Amino acid sequence: MSMQSGLAPSTSQLQAYAAATDVSVAVPAPLLEVARIQPVTAPRDLRTEPGPIRFIIITLAIAFLSIFVVLPLVVVFASAFSKGIMAYFAALAEPEAMAAIKLTLLIAAISVTLNLVFGVIAAWAISKFEFTGKTFLITLIDLPFSVSPVISGLVFVLLFGAQGFFGPWLQAHNVHILFAVPGIALATIFVTFPFVARALIPLMQEQGTQEEEAAISLGASGLQTFFRITLPNIKWGLLYGVLLCNARAMGEFGAVSVVSGHIRGETNTMPLLVEILYNEYQFVASFAIASLLAMLALITLVMKTILERRLDEAEVSDGD
Amino acid sequence: MIRRMLPLVAGLLWASSAFAADVSLLNVSYDPTRELYVDFNKAFAAAYQKETGKSVEIKQSHGGSGSQARAVIDGLQADVVTLALAYDIDAVAGKGLVAADWQKRLPLNASPYTSTIVFLVRKGNPKGIKDWDDLIKPGVSVITPNPKTSGGARWNYLAAWGYAQKKYGSADKARKFVADLFQNVPVLDTGARGSTVTFVERGVGDVLLAWENEAFLAQREFGKDKFEIVAPPQSILAEPPVAVVDAVADKKGTRAVAEAYLKYWYTKEGQEIAARNSYRPRDPEIAREYEKSFAKVELFTIDDVFGGWTKAQKEHFAEGGIFDQIYKN
Repeated sequence: MSMQSGLAPSTSQLQAYAAATDVSVAVPAPLLEVARIQPVTAPRDLRTEPGPIRFIIITLAIAFLSIFVVLPLVVVFASAFSKGIMAYFAALAEPEAMAAIKLTLLIAAISVTLNLVFGVIAAWAISKFEFTGKTFLITLIDLPFSVSPVISGLVFVLLFGAQGFFGPWLQAHNVHILFAVPGIALATIFVTFPFVARALIPLMQEQGTQEEEAAISLGASGLQTFFRITLPNIKWGLLYGVLLCNARAMGEFGAVSVVSGHIRGETNTMPLLVEILYNEYQFVASFAIASLLAMLALITLVMKTILERRLDEAEVSDGD
Repeated sequence: MIRRMLPLVAGLLWASSAFAADVSLLNVSYDPTRELYVDFNKAFAAAYQKETGKSVEIKQSHGGSGSQARAVIDGLQADVVTLALAYDIDAVAGKGLVAADWQKRLPLNASPYTSTIVFLVRKGNPKGIKDWDDLIKPGVSVITPNPKTSGGARWNYLAAWGYAQKKYGSADKARKFVADLFQNVPVLDTGARGSTVTFVERGVGDVLLAWENEAFLAQREFGKDKFEIVAPPQSILAEPPVAVVDAVADKKGTRAVAEAYLKYWYTKEGQEIAARNSYRPRDPEIAREYEKSFAKVELFTIDDVFGGWTKAQKEHFAEGGIFDQIYKN
């Protein structure tokens, strides 16, 4: 894998990275709480910093953002359209590009759906019940965040590779997991697992169990309670988690690269194709695909902002 | 949400399986052959259809030669492997996926096309690089990928070593020469294409050690007004080999097509495709036809100088081998 070799992977990784860092920064409920309280309780001396220092700090922040976020985005779009709009769309209409886009959507659909289910179950179990091993479970959920994506991919090679743990059995039964859609889906699910659960746990913990208890004491069944009480309460947080999960699922490079096998038109996702096209000197095509991923990142950002506001409002109305 | 996604998933699955050829092969190859196999696959598919009436689709996978071999060992369902050096196919054979005598099953060491290692320099050759000796001069910056991970880089390394051993007469002096050369290497990329991008796109270095075909490709893509190819008087004969992956072809029932596919390399059409893509053809007639495309280089083989790949690999590139010792200092 020549991850070092191109500008292109770094742009796609950048998005994946941005998505990942977003999450660790934006743990919804408690942080927002703090943010709301801060202006009231923060000492006023913060504002007595001398003007020049404030100016320097703000300039530094803006310069940093421009260089590391805005500039790469501009480069991606400028390169994508450098040979005109026709070349741009011709590049996207290539069979290999279409295949990569389809595969990426398919993988995102599979992993987001499954992580939606797993994430809700995990968050439900952790926030509504007390049991031994709970802390351990929370740690496990966080594991994919702390493991390098390349390692996440290698784990699946070790498990499902021909020389791996299940390899001989899979070979004998002619089941293809590695270097095929299931392997890519598995690696993506692993990498994106924490997003939904992480978005829900603090929210559900904060909401407590009173409403559910009330519903049950009024005779509601477990499922009724879940669909009538819990789900409506967590819908914004859930959407928030799904959004980030989706962004990462589409942008994942490292783990997918290890398990993909790079079969053209078959197992290359969009981020992988960006690197391949770049290495083939097809810069317009490479950046055209990258621009789609960049647009995904921008859409994600906008929706994230909207959802955060919703979450915030939901909490305000709850709190009063 | 789930309900809305199901038809989408189903639709995608259908769309991706809608266009299937009669037979499908997977060719797992190394980095620089992307363009070569696009051409070759098209020609073979047409020839095969004409002869048998069956349509064949050849899928390609490219990457560093070593990591591609690793993927096949890990279960990538390659019907054929077309890698940068025999050692990598030996590794696959070592796991029993390819018969041990694979290199005897096709003519000419199962290497239907060859290449060599040349120098790519910037326009006007500002550092005046003509031969291997110019690479160890102080102030000359040399770009080559890492021999630990790149097949092309191993050819680069062995070409330099072979030249020095022939010229200065001993392995010790060759070792000194190669050590001096790597003193001039500022960065080691993991693959041949990565190094080309470093040299061509990022403008790092004075000279790129590259596959001849890779140098021609870079020149075609970026213009003769930017880069010149310098062929040293002596270099190594690089023989990228091909083989049917027996275990996979037998399981999938594709052996006949896979064998026909590789044999097509040895036809006039196949040889011509190699030559057009700047790989040196084996066929004397085609070679004569394309004589002007390739510089006259005195070529030595890995068997001559190093006693074959297995020995070379063990001595030079294995953990703690000569490359490790040289590069540490």
